[in-house]
Amino acid sequence: MPEQIFAYILHKNGNVDDTAAELIHAANAISPEASVVAVVAGSGDELQAVCDEMAKTYAEVWKIDSDALVYINAEVLRGLLVRVLPKNPVVLVPHEHFGMDLSPGLSVKLDAAYLPDVVAFEGLEGGLLKAVREEYSGMVSTHVTCDIREGAVITIRPGAFQPDESRDAGGQVLDKTDEAVDGGIPGGNRRYLEIVEAETGDVDITKSDVLVSVGRGIEDEDNLEIVFDLAKSMGADVSCSRPIVDAKWLEKARQVGTSGQTVKPKVYLACGISGSFQHMGGIKGAPFIVAINKNAKAPIFQVADVGVVADIVEFLPDLADAIGDTK
Amino acid sequence: MEILVCVKRVPDSSENEIEVNPSGTDIERDDLVYSVNEWDNYAVEEAIQIRDKVGGSVTVVSIGDEDAEEVIRREMAMGADNGIHLSDESFEGSDGRGFATILKAVVDQGNYDLILTGAQADDGAGQVGGMLAALLDYPYASLVNLIDVLDGKRIKVGREIAGGHQEMNEIDLPCVLSIQTGINEPRYVGIRGIRKVASIDIPIKGAGDLGVGTETIGAAAAKVKRQDYFVPELGEGAEMLEGSTDEIVEKLIELLKAKGGFK
Amino acid sequence: MDPVLTSPAHSFFLFIPAALIYLLIPLLGIGTFTFIIARRSAPLIRSKPDFRWNRFFERGVYTIKYWLMQYKQPRYRLAGVLHILLFAGFLILGIRSISLVILGFYDGFVFPGLDGWIGHVYSVLKDYMATIVFVVVVVAAIRRLFFMPARYRVPEKYGKDHTAEAILVLGFIAILMASESLFEASQAAAQAQAGAAAEFIAPLSLPWFFKIALLWTPLESLQSIHLVSYFIHDVTFFLFLCFLPMGKHFHVVTSLFNVFFMKLNKGSVKPVQWGVSDEQLDDLESFGVKNFEDFTWKHILDFYSCADCGRCSDNCPANAAGRPLSPRFISIKGRDYCFKHYPLRGDFVSHEPLMEGTYEDDEIWSCTTCGACEEECPLMIEYIDKIVDLRRGMVDEGNVPQSLQKPLRALEKRGNPYGKMEKKRADWIKGDGFPEDLQVTILGKKETADTLYFVDSVTSYDDRIQEIGRATARVLFAAGEDFGILGRQEKDSGHEVRRFGEEMLFQALRDENTDAIRNSGVRRIVTADPHAFNALIKDYEDLPRVEHISQVMARAIARGKLNLKAVENPELIYTYHDPCYLGRHNNLYDTPRDVIDAIPGLRRVEMDRCRDRSFCCGGGGLMLFYEPVEETRMGKLRVEMAKAAGADVIVTACPFCMVNIEDAIKTSGLEGQMVAMDLSELIAAHLNG
Repeated sequence: MPEQIFAYILHKNGNVDDTAAELIHAANAISPEASVVAVVAGSGDELQAVCDEMAKTYAEVWKIDSDALVYINAEVLRGLLVRVLPKNPVVLVPHEHFGMDLSPGLSVKLDAAYLPDVVAFEGLEGGLLKAVREEYSGMVSTHVTCDIREGAVITIRPGAFQPDESRDAGGQVLDKTDEAVDGGIPGGNRRYLEIVEAETGDVDITKSDVLVSVGRGIEDEDNLEIVFDLAKSMGADVSCSRPIVDAKWLEKARQVGTSGQTVKPKVYLACGISGSFQHMGGIKGAPFIVAINKNAKAPIFQVADVGVVADIVEFLPDLADAIGDTK
Repeated sequence: MEILVCVKRVPDSSENEIEVNPSGTDIERDDLVYSVNEWDNYAVEEAIQIRDKVGGSVTVVSIGDEDAEEVIRREMAMGADNGIHLSDESFEGSDGRGFATILKAVVDQGNYDLILTGAQADDGAGQVGGMLAALLDYPYASLVNLIDVLDGKRIKVGREIAGGHQEMNEIDLPCVLSIQTGINEPRYVGIRGIRKVASIDIPIKGAGDLGVGTETIGAAAAKVKRQDYFVPELGEGAEMLEGSTDEIVEKLIELLKAKGGFK
Repeated sequence: MDPVLTSPAHSFFLFIPAALIYLLIPLLGIGTFTFIIARRSAPLIRSKPDFRWNRFFERGVYTIKYWLMQYKQPRYRLAGVLHILLFAGFLILGIRSISLVILGFYDGFVFPGLDGWIGHVYSVLKDYMATIVFVVVVVAAIRRLFFMPARYRVPEKYGKDHTAEAILVLGFIAILMASESLFEASQAAAQAQAGAAAEFIAPLSLPWFFKIALLWTPLESLQSIHLVSYFIHDVTFFLFLCFLPMGKHFHVVTSLFNVFFMKLNKGSVKPVQWGVSDEQLDDLESFGVKNFEDFTWKHILDFYSCADCGRCSDNCPANAAGRPLSPRFISIKGRDYCFKHYPLRGDFVSHEPLMEGTYEDDEIWSCTTCGACEEECPLMIEYIDKIVDLRRGMVDEGNVPQSLQKPLRALEKRGNPYGKMEKKRADWIKGDGFPEDLQVTILGKKETADTLYFVDSVTSYDDRIQEIGRATARVLFAAGEDFGILGRQEKDSGHEVRRFGEEMLFQALRDENTDAIRNSGVRRIVTADPHAFNALIKDYEDLPRVEHISQVMARAIARGKLNLKAVENPELIYTYHDPCYLGRHNNLYDTPRDVIDAIPGLRRVEMDRCRDRSFCCGGGGLMLFYEPVEETRMGKLRVEMAKAAGADVIVTACPFCMVNIEDAIKTSGLEGQMVAMDLSELIAAHLNG
């Protein structure tokens, strides 16, 4: 049984990522007895604010503060973490673009097991942790066991665990900077340059209350017209899933998902979207989700509030007409 | 530039229905067709484009039984110069770390400036590239969607991050990158292309050839093991609207109205 | 008849006998022309082989029909009639012009056979012909300058307007006509003034008017006019001759050959390389057209022969939908490339890649191979084979749009472009509403039948199109046919695979199907998919007889085996949309119409563009996966045409037409006002009992 479990906290511009509050529940699911330590890296006042915020959730917060971490480069952070973490640690990292950059190599450097993209834990027995993962875009799941006796780096799928909202931990912040930077800043052979912002379109879907979101089920670029017609009749904006952007039918700024925009609408109408976790990962704030898909087995129906099995190319014009009639 | 690309043969899941076999030990493989992992294919195309621009060679490596040769050949038909087929009973049951260990031995035997993997696979978790880089002590970048060769020692790479933004980095060679789809438009390989490279010999290497200690790979060394496959229990799911189209539309409009779906 | 005027042959130019000059001019002219033709022949010699030395009788008949009789010209009424008159003028006046040239150094020359009364008849004929040609030239020039049809326009991306060349050539012709007439009229006027006998001049002809105008002109002036007009005629004649191979008027020289060597097997696709068998294909270094020299000599002759009339593009559905394809410029750009790289003077530049230089990727992928361009071309220029060859080149280079790669890989692995499982290929026979007592036989080791229903991929797998499959099966049952299907043994016919340039994949599919069909022991194949129909006939070998379902239905109706009840809703107006691969490529125009008309009380109208001018719905097979750059969809345009014809129901006989047209009805917002129906569905719905 690990005594401590470390949770790596993502934050940006002083704001804590949603996954920060989820990792503590993930840690509890591994071992309720273990104490959970939040590890927060960054620099300056923003970092301090994040640490203070995290102390409300985690009993112990480790702070690593360095100018080299203004923009966190996984190559740099990995080297620092190796110096700070104890022997055979269990480390939880959110499974998103930064976690994917950091974690596999971290497990090697710690000589620990690597257990990626976990959606649930099902017990720990004799050092063997049983976890659930998904394969083939969620069509099947697997049980895996992971030997964590010599430590483990585990990435947790964002949204898979409920966030802890009690915020009554009253934790303490420990500054681990000196330990971390003792020996210099590692990872100089990969240097961060800049962020190239995605082209913004004529619409900001992150601010929309109602989204009509279109996926592969639209079949043809010309059919997009019916989606815009429906959105117009509802006073909604049009967003989409990744295949639509890959096909260059709509601009990147309209893409919802982990590699696109994070949206917080009140109502989300998913049209012809199968509902991969990458797509659902971009929907926050628990909107009312209506799913329309011709495949009754589409995973979207598991997460939607209301479902309609229909071909969107046929159904959407009917819906748009009927909405038009109500006005 | 000497480039190594690690590729994997996977079931083509786009139209295949992936189902679990009755005993839950594996997915039903009888009616599956296999192809090269989509991400890996982008990586090979990128390698070929870099080679065509700055010279050098592209080597494709794959771990797997005799069927793996098919994907190596396909990538060679695309334009890769060399293929290496890694096959050994002792490889079976390896976890990500085990596979990274095997690949490290391949890198050690060559003189590669750039090592590419796919960012992920349908049956994997995007781990081998990062582990390989750490084992080699090479810098690593994941989810790469742009590569710009600056000179013989440095490249500029773009990473796909949240919000569709791109994180630009400069990396020293040699390095390991995992390639995201969309970085290029992979060329087509037809039957004719494959036939053209049909007679090229693809060396098969085992643990002995690579000098990999069998205690570091295979099921025995694996800390992570897949126990079974299962179909996830369905949650409550959506309230399904049924009836004629008119009825469904009517109900839906009512619900949307109630939730503020109209302006 | 004693000539009053000195003839050109006896005149002097300064002190030099003019006969010498008039001998030199033709020598120089013919020499130059021969040199130009020799240079122009170089690319033909360096190009790929093309086997056209066969079926000479048929070729002779077609040459008379399409070249001599100008059969296709009147498809465009005004332009066609003008061209026929010009062409007739060229044939008739060519003799006169040549004899005039010879007269310059051989006084009193007359073509053998043109002495005596035939000569007099000819003289009258040529007088009128010259007049007609002169008038036609004036009309053509006015039309070109002031009422230019849209199809002659040159979009900016394709370069400059071709009007200057057209006007120059019309000028040449006008000068030839006028000078010839003046030459004759001056002679006649002089004879008349001297009261001597003269050659009869046809009343109201051009020389006749000139003669009257010249009657009071002094003799010296007439002598000058006589000699000068001769000189102008002689020089113009050879200038014109040597100008022909410089541009679109090369067709005057090449058309005879181009028509004679025309493609005879409509709907087929040329082999990868003539003279190379399927077994030897692996030995070929390269596939398809990558460089200009990869075209066959006939295809380069096509480029030379294009008259730039724009009829191909005027009928091209891709062009109409705003795709980046205009067949006219496939030819013009090919010709321009050729003239530039094979100049009359200087070194030849060969083996430069054509794609992304001369032709664009999207341009070449935009073609649906509907054949409207070839149907229209008066010069029998081929486009489909060139497009397919260019695609073969692109496929060989791996240059295939991402949207097509997935279906091609699926075809390789699963035998259908959707990547669906083979075991589900026959699932359509168990669909909703299909009578359970109708058991479709799946042919195999035990099960045999007389007829094979070849279903093909779209009908096997597409939810909507499966209904066409079930309707076809119901009709076959009703007609009492003993039939079965191949089930999972059937693979995609490969029709579009071949036409998209993936020859090796096509051959793999063809070989599998051929084995399965032969092993099934059937004696006849029926299909409801014109693409499969065309493939099985044109692309496969040694198969049993192949019929389209419309042929089976027409026969069954004629023999009373299919009893059709009165039309369900007599208010509705039906129209029939000719699928490209049933109509244009296989000449089945009347059979499906007869079947529709067999339904008592059914009212049917024709769209403006019907039969061999049918407008492609948007293409089938792999074209459904291709994402073209376009302004509108072909299907939408087609639905508008049906609407304009006043139709409520579009009947077609091709599953892909159904996909495209049904989709277009939806996206045009005409749902509820218009429906699309397959011929099999229409007949299945009107089966009696």
